[in-house]
Amino acid sequence: MSGFKRPFRSYLTAAALSAATLAGSFAAPQALAEERDSFKIAWSIYVGWMPWGYGEAEGIVDKWADKYDIEIDVVQINDYIESINLYTAGSYDGVTVTNMDALTIPAAGGVDSTALIMGDFSNGNDGVVLKGTDKLEDIEGKSVHLVELSVSHYLLARALESVDMSERDVKVVNTSDADIVAAFSSPDVEAVVTWNPQLGELKKQGEASVVFDSSEIPGEIMDLLVVNTETLEDNPKLGKALTGAWYEIMSSMRGDSEAAVEARTAMAEAAGTDLAGYEAQLDSTSMFYDPANAVSFLESDTPAETMESVRQFAFKHGLLGERADSPDFVGIEFADGSVLGSESNVKFRFNADYTRMARDGEL
Amino acid sequence: MKRLINQAPAAPWRLALGLLPFVLVLLVYLSVSANRLAENPDDPLLPSIAAMADTFADVATEPNRRTGELTLWVDTSASLIRLGLGVGIAMAIGLVVGVLTGLIPYANRTFSPFVSVLSMIPPLAVLPILFIALGVGEVAKVALIVFGIAPFIMRDIQQRVEELPRELLVKAQTLGANTWQIILRLVLPQVMPRLLDATRLALGSAWLFLIASEAIAATEGLGYRIFLVRRYLDMELILPYVMWITLLAFLADAILRLIVRVVFPWYRARRS
Repeated sequence: MSGFKRPFRSYLTAAALSAATLAGSFAAPQALAEERDSFKIAWSIYVGWMPWGYGEAEGIVDKWADKYDIEIDVVQINDYIESINLYTAGSYDGVTVTNMDALTIPAAGGVDSTALIMGDFSNGNDGVVLKGTDKLEDIEGKSVHLVELSVSHYLLARALESVDMSERDVKVVNTSDADIVAAFSSPDVEAVVTWNPQLGELKKQGEASVVFDSSEIPGEIMDLLVVNTETLEDNPKLGKALTGAWYEIMSSMRGDSEAAVEARTAMAEAAGTDLAGYEAQLDSTSMFYDPANAVSFLESDTPAETMESVRQFAFKHGLLGERADSPDFVGIEFADGSVLGSESNVKFRFNADYTRMARDGEL
Repeated sequence: MKRLINQAPAAPWRLALGLLPFVLVLLVYLSVSANRLAENPDDPLLPSIAAMADTFADVATEPNRRTGELTLWVDTSASLIRLGLGVGIAMAIGLVVGVLTGLIPYANRTFSPFVSVLSMIPPLAVLPILFIALGVGEVAKVALIVFGIAPFIMRDIQQRVEELPRELLVKAQTLGANTWQIILRLVLPQVMPRLLDATRLALGSAWLFLIASEAIAATEGLGYRIFLVRRYLDMELILPYVMWITLLAFLADAILRLIVRVVFPWYRARRS
């Protein structure tokens, strides 16, 4: 009889231990201020972020990490939102993200984040598509299908502004990005807002016309690499290695040399398209191949003007959380040190220091 | 010496043991959450119980900043209407088809293989087709629920009808009943409680399909809200919503169980 008791007790112990482990894995938010030598960066499939996958596969990231005597693990996450959530929860030190999502997810969630690399801005990659008409004004009164609270929603708001309408003049229907192409084939869907590669698919359908796209608001939808501010401050080596690797990848994929075409082909395959398809997407993306251009963009007025309209949009849609009583709730710092919003709660920072080092060849 | 399988807890312990897992989960949550919040007061992942209660009270009583509606009730009624329609239609189809294929050989030969194949199609896999055929509105959402659970109910009812004692059918015929009378007077009363039981089992899947359909294209609904705020990791809203859905599902199950007990008392008695 006592022989039967023992396994039962060991089950209990095992259960208690696993509960404790589970608790522990949640209980230890990283970002503890300390010097470390191993880091994890998350990225997801998007035209402007494919270079990270290429850099990891070709060993460029490892080469730069070795130079600074650290380890950097660049991991692909299949779901974009999930990758940001993992970063916010503390499982990763950095993530590829747009400026709007960086403000509304990690920063509004209290995770102090620094935009280390200004990779590109969307220059036609996101668009408003209507069926049977090519006039944006005809959107009035229609149901517009899009991923609610995403960059698409922001683009719609800016498009409506441009013709003196507001969201009240349309009806927004939340539609998953994976299903948006199928939804558009349904006869009752007349208006969608989406991004590439879905946008490219829609353009192929005869009756679809793009009535507004991100090239009309240049610089507003930025694709960034964001890292945890504390981790970066304690480990400047991480910033140097990542920036160095990024601009080496940039120069290796640019131009018409055989090596560059090969690099772009590899990225195209990883993105599930072919070279022509990937280059078509690159054409509607304004890549900062040269760090000097990125620095002058960061030092211009554009980031501050853009973040002003992004934070107003985010506040109006409740994206800054319940505690936010005004758009000033989260402070945003720019490359020149100026702050938009609360100076005591700065959670999102644009940083040009490392890009400057890249420009001046100091990495 | 009493073996473990012969030992049962005494009365006061039963309740305590039943509550124990809930209390343990709550304690683990509270300690881990307090831990994370001490690190970062704005941590969105594991909010405090008070913050969740506040948020829930807000969505239940404060008009939404953007739409001016009471979010919780708009979501709940939208979801319950979809669920009710979907489950109701699935029950009706399931009952009619199940009784016919179970009782009438010609119907069985005609529809039974078709239903078997139909029930093997994963409904979520044909969602894009449902979209294109039925649009992205309410019809497609209700259709997904019907498509998801009706085959299960049909097959369950068919089996129940086939299990009816042969003697009953023979006796009814010797008393002069025709097929229609047999269906009305003999088969239906026997399978009605079984229909409610099958529905109870299918409710879990019905909720799954409801949430899935709302995640795909919607302007309101419980699943819609969860997938919407998932974008910015708003656990303060997601966790109470999950508990609310659990409560609604539990109530729906309890109501069906109560109906069976009150309307068909013989059903439970015979089974025990």
